[in-house]
Amino acid sequence: MVYLTRKCEFSASHYYHNPELSAEENRRLFGKCNNPLGHGHNYTLEVTVTGEIDRHSGFVMDLKDLKEILNREVLEAFDHRFLNQEAPEFLHVIPTTENIAVAVWKRLQPHLQTARLHRVRVYEAADLFVDFYGEE
Amino acid sequence: MRVYLTKRYSFAAAHRLHNDAWSAEENRRVYGKCNSPYGHGHNYALEVTLSGPVDPRTGMVCDLGELDAVVEREILARLDHEHLNTVPAFAGLVPTSENVAAGVYEILEREFHAAHLERVKLEETSQNYFEYAGGSEIRR
Repeated sequence: MVYLTRKCEFSASHYYHNPELSAEENRRLFGKCNNPLGHGHNYTLEVTVTGEIDRHSGFVMDLKDLKEILNREVLEAFDHRFLNQEAPEFLHVIPTTENIAVAVWKRLQPHLQTARLHRVRVYEAADLFVDFYGEE
Repeated sequence: MRVYLTKRYSFAAAHRLHNDAWSAEENRRVYGKCNSPYGHGHNYALEVTLSGPVDPRTGMVCDLGELDAVVEREILARLDHEHLNTVPAFAGLVPTSENVAAGVYEILEREFHAAHLERVKLEETSQNYFEYAGGSEIRR
């Protein structure tokens, strides 16, 4: 098995708010991230797939195909968007880095046939990232 | 559904690799320049990885502010701008990055309870790093 990782970036805004909690509780829990106008990050996304090396091509999967899937399924939906209002999965789910990693996994997984999705890593900043390996 | 979250910190510290049980010559042979009697320093980078289910109420594995507070109080306040050979937590140990990584893991495991401590990674320079997961296998 060989592991292959492709990296890309997207910029998006978000804010953290749970409508079931009071305004005060939201402020206490989420601090500055609770500002309803949102704030932004330059996210870095690393997607790792795994599989056997194809005898004919020498590839685990064609990186060009992975790039196209990433662009179509993730970047089109998240790049330069306000995640809380423009990304369907975050209309009722808080777009934390944890939930973004899970959402990216769900967006990519159905479109990978030749290689298996191993890990989604989302960097919110250089000093903070989340890894998701799928349901275990 | 388990999610893994990593936060990165940095601290600067001095250390000297020296084993009192060995001769001066043996220490020089094993540790080379790292045995220099006055010590030397590094900008260490520390990564702490936690794991757990995502709390549907907050969308988070845990409150990162709690981790920051424990790391600041238990690790950075004790190690940053210190000489590691004099830090009580490492008494009796040669402060190699292996021992520091394992020591940091053990301190955090004792003091931090808001999520499962998965792994500690300590970068001594940009060219080497050390990971410890309390004896468990490290997830890639």
